[in-house]
Amino acid sequence: MTTIAATGVLRASWLLLAFPIFGAVVLLVGGRRTDKWGHLLGVAMPVASFVYAVIAFFALLGDHDRSQDLHLFSYIPVGGFQVSAGILLDPLSASFMLLITGVGSLIIIYSVGYMAHDSDRRRFFGYMNLFIAAMLLLVLADNYLVLYVGWEGVGVASYLLIGFWQFKNSAAVAAKKAFVVNRVGDAGLTLAIFLMFAEFGTVTFPGVFGSVRSGGSGVATALGLLLLLGACGKSAQVPLQSWLLDAMEGPTPVSALIHAATMVTAGVYLLVRSNPILALAPNARLAIAIVGAVTLLWGAIIGSAKDDIKKSLAGSTMSQIGYMHLGAGLGPAGYVFAIAHLLAHGFFKAGLFLGSGSVIHAMDDEQDMRRYGGLARFLPVTFVTFGLAYLAIIGIPPFSGFFTKDGIIEAAWDRGGTAGPIFAACAILGAGITAFYMTRMMLMTFTGRRRWEGEAEEHPAPAHPHESPAVMVWPMILLAVGSVGAGAFLIIGQRFEKFLGPVTGVPPVSHGIWTVPGIIALVLALAGGGLAWVMYGRVPVPETAPHGNPLVVAARKDLYGDAINESVLMRPGQWLTRLSVYFDNRGVDGLVNSLAALVGGTSGRLRRFQTGFVRSYALFMYFGAVVLVLLLLVVRL
Amino acid sequence: MSPIYYVTLSVILFVIGGVGVLVRRNAIVIFMCVELMLNACNLAFVAFASMWGNLHGQVIAFFVMVVAAAEVVVGLAILMAIYRARRSASVDDANLLKY
Amino acid sequence: MTHVLAAGPNADAAAVHIVWWILAIVSGSAAIAMILVRRAVHCAIMLAVVMLCLATMYAMLGAPFLAFVQIIVYTGAVLMLFLFVLMLIGISSSDSIVEKIKGQRQWTGLFAIGLLVLLILGIGHAALGPAVPQGAANGTNNLSEIATLIFTTYVFPFEATGALLITAALGAMVLAHRERTVPRPSQRELAARRLASGQLAPDPSPGVYALHDAADRPALLPDGTTSELSVSTVLSPRDVTESPQFVPAEQRVAITAERVERELAQAGEAET
Repeated sequence: MTTIAATGVLRASWLLLAFPIFGAVVLLVGGRRTDKWGHLLGVAMPVASFVYAVIAFFALLGDHDRSQDLHLFSYIPVGGFQVSAGILLDPLSASFMLLITGVGSLIIIYSVGYMAHDSDRRRFFGYMNLFIAAMLLLVLADNYLVLYVGWEGVGVASYLLIGFWQFKNSAAVAAKKAFVVNRVGDAGLTLAIFLMFAEFGTVTFPGVFGSVRSGGSGVATALGLLLLLGACGKSAQVPLQSWLLDAMEGPTPVSALIHAATMVTAGVYLLVRSNPILALAPNARLAIAIVGAVTLLWGAIIGSAKDDIKKSLAGSTMSQIGYMHLGAGLGPAGYVFAIAHLLAHGFFKAGLFLGSGSVIHAMDDEQDMRRYGGLARFLPVTFVTFGLAYLAIIGIPPFSGFFTKDGIIEAAWDRGGTAGPIFAACAILGAGITAFYMTRMMLMTFTGRRRWEGEAEEHPAPAHPHESPAVMVWPMILLAVGSVGAGAFLIIGQRFEKFLGPVTGVPPVSHGIWTVPGIIALVLALAGGGLAWVMYGRVPVPETAPHGNPLVVAARKDLYGDAINESVLMRPGQWLTRLSVYFDNRGVDGLVNSLAALVGGTSGRLRRFQTGFVRSYALFMYFGAVVLVLLLLVVRL
Repeated sequence: MSPIYYVTLSVILFVIGGVGVLVRRNAIVIFMCVELMLNACNLAFVAFASMWGNLHGQVIAFFVMVVAAAEVVVGLAILMAIYRARRSASVDDANLLKY
Repeated sequence: MTHVLAAGPNADAAAVHIVWWILAIVSGSAAIAMILVRRAVHCAIMLAVVMLCLATMYAMLGAPFLAFVQIIVYTGAVLMLFLFVLMLIGISSSDSIVEKIKGQRQWTGLFAIGLLVLLILGIGHAALGPAVPQGAANGTNNLSEIATLIFTTYVFPFEATGALLITAALGAMVLAHRERTVPRPSQRELAARRLASGQLAPDPSPGVYALHDAADRPALLPDGTTSELSVSTVLSPRDVTESPQFVPAEQRVAITAERVERELAQAGEAET
């Protein structure tokens, strides 16, 4: 669809960015002076953005032209490379805009309560506002370079927020790890932008999408693969997935907002936004789908073996984003469902994380599920919201996940060829494992024996787990509403297809709600849940983790992701740097030092000519005279 | 008598003077050997003067004599001063400026 | 046949030949002797010989002015200067044979032979023409011509060497000057020092109380002993007691005492 210049109320869409930037600047530059009212400003800004986002959304719906661009300023006016900063409002960016500001506001309101006892709360809100601003910049950018600015911005915000508790060494290390692994992915995006400029001379969306046809499938495939690399880094897909579980060191609202709902979905946004490029690169799409399929199983297996509630949810996030990547790799058949799943995931994963935060808060920062048990009675609202989100993620109709996941499974099945059924099988299997680990989580946390009572000598048990205060409870409730209804709202009647279609293309074949692969997935989900009940519901959960078979051991170690990274990348890298240091010390320094030693040694020998006797000096002069006469004669003869 | 004889003699005297400078240790004797070398040069100049038929060589030899005289004056004064301080006229005694 | 020296380059070839060869051998041997003798004074003598030979050669080459300047200035002034300094420094100073610097003599010999060969080669190759006979110019003799040259072509070097000579003289004065570090002792101080040292009278010169006036006879002190100090260190004192007129010391004192009494008695009688 054609893009026109912004009209009407959309001309003020820079407010979307201005509010959180203003909040971040005031809170971070203001410093401790703003501690008293900092959290209020920190909440007000995203909420203001959300209000405007809603207004803008309805304005866009009402408009005939659904793709509008607001030019902000000229960013890089350099000869042959002209880049201007602008805001693009179309259905895709509008969906993200609502997700980021809406879910973001809820989570930030929740943090007021969660971080109430933290002395650095004001700094937290500053960073959260910074994040919201960067994420909005990412999804609202109208060219790849400004998108990249937002991309880097969310990376910085993620680093700052993972390492928020600076005094914890593990947090600092995790933040660094997240940043470094992201950087590897960012290299892919950087190279893609370079390639775009080199081939097409422009980095704007219309420019690139218009010229990509002329570049040929080689360029398109290269671009697709580079963009995939970038997406892998940001979305924690295999092979750049190792940082996501470590990122759980940050406070729970951070995990909810950044590492569940929004930042990790930026990769999916990038790929879906670049769909005209991917349309010309079937191999790139295949690679994206493979990455998605592998990751959805990888994350699910890891999530099943983790005892830390947040790490288990992180594995789940990795897996669900794998679903989204699988959808994105299936072409127009899958884009709509990928984004729909993304939006639904935003609701229920945020709900799950906030619920886990509530449990952690109640249990005095205890995160090991083996120390939980029977908390349903003490945390009823949490239990209900968590439970609704749980049903959504497993894919039980009529909750959200059922509709969106089904769409992806169907699209995979429809792809045909050899890969299609394999992808569909992976997705179905993934659904089963998802049900398994989520049920395990529910059972271990909310039901069963209270493993945290008594035994005060080894682990200090909390006095009374209590429900969270209202400021924390209401966001969970609102998110639960989304968990319940978002999927149905989007998918039934092809509402989202019609909305997003102009940007991404509509699925060629439209299925009903109930399809054969969908039913198989549902059955497998119920089976997974049942298996979990057998293992964790019927028998008491042991307080120390049992030994487990090799797969469980591997899953506990993140399927050896860190080990592979270390042996393939880190050790050779260290070896290389040590080698360079060795060469520098021995080779370069040796060369320089040997020159110095040469000079010193020669001078030590030569100075012996300085005997102190006048007569030996006279002898040298005599010798010089003889040589001179000789030379004169030689010249003359 | 061809001037070459005189020049040859001058060369021989010059070389002998040079050897004397290097071999002797008494400062005054070294000085005297330098005077011998200067005299040999004078002889060569005068021989060349006779060869060319003009007197330029002789005038140069004259000036050499003058300069040699001045040099002897100053040199011996220095020697006296050194001798007063060190009580030794040997050139080898001043050997502290060594490695 | 005109004298060899007076005739200059126009002299008879055979005579010139003989004279030249004699001079060459003499000056060559003197030069070699100069570097070989041990005592410094002998070196000076040898240098004088060389200079005189060279003066003769200048005369033979038709440079009579230079010949006489060589004798007067060089041999007569510069060499005498050397001898003065030798006298002050130590006329018996001599070098030892042993060479302390390793390899000095060998290398010197090598370079000397090398330089000799090279220079003679160079001279041999150079086109040295025969002596140009000096035409009897219009009444001008050697001295006038040299004077003309000095004051026309070479006037600037002349003036410069004049300045050089003045500077040299001044420099020598400065170098020889000894600054007084203590004030000059007055007559009173000198007398006090003499009193304190115990030796009031100067040392007797040779011959005092001597029965002989030879310089190598030591003087007699009042108590009859000889004073070794009265004889120059160059000479060896001769024994004084060999003389038959020698009066032994104890008797001499008694004789003097009697004489003194007689004098006093005479003086007392004259008063009364």
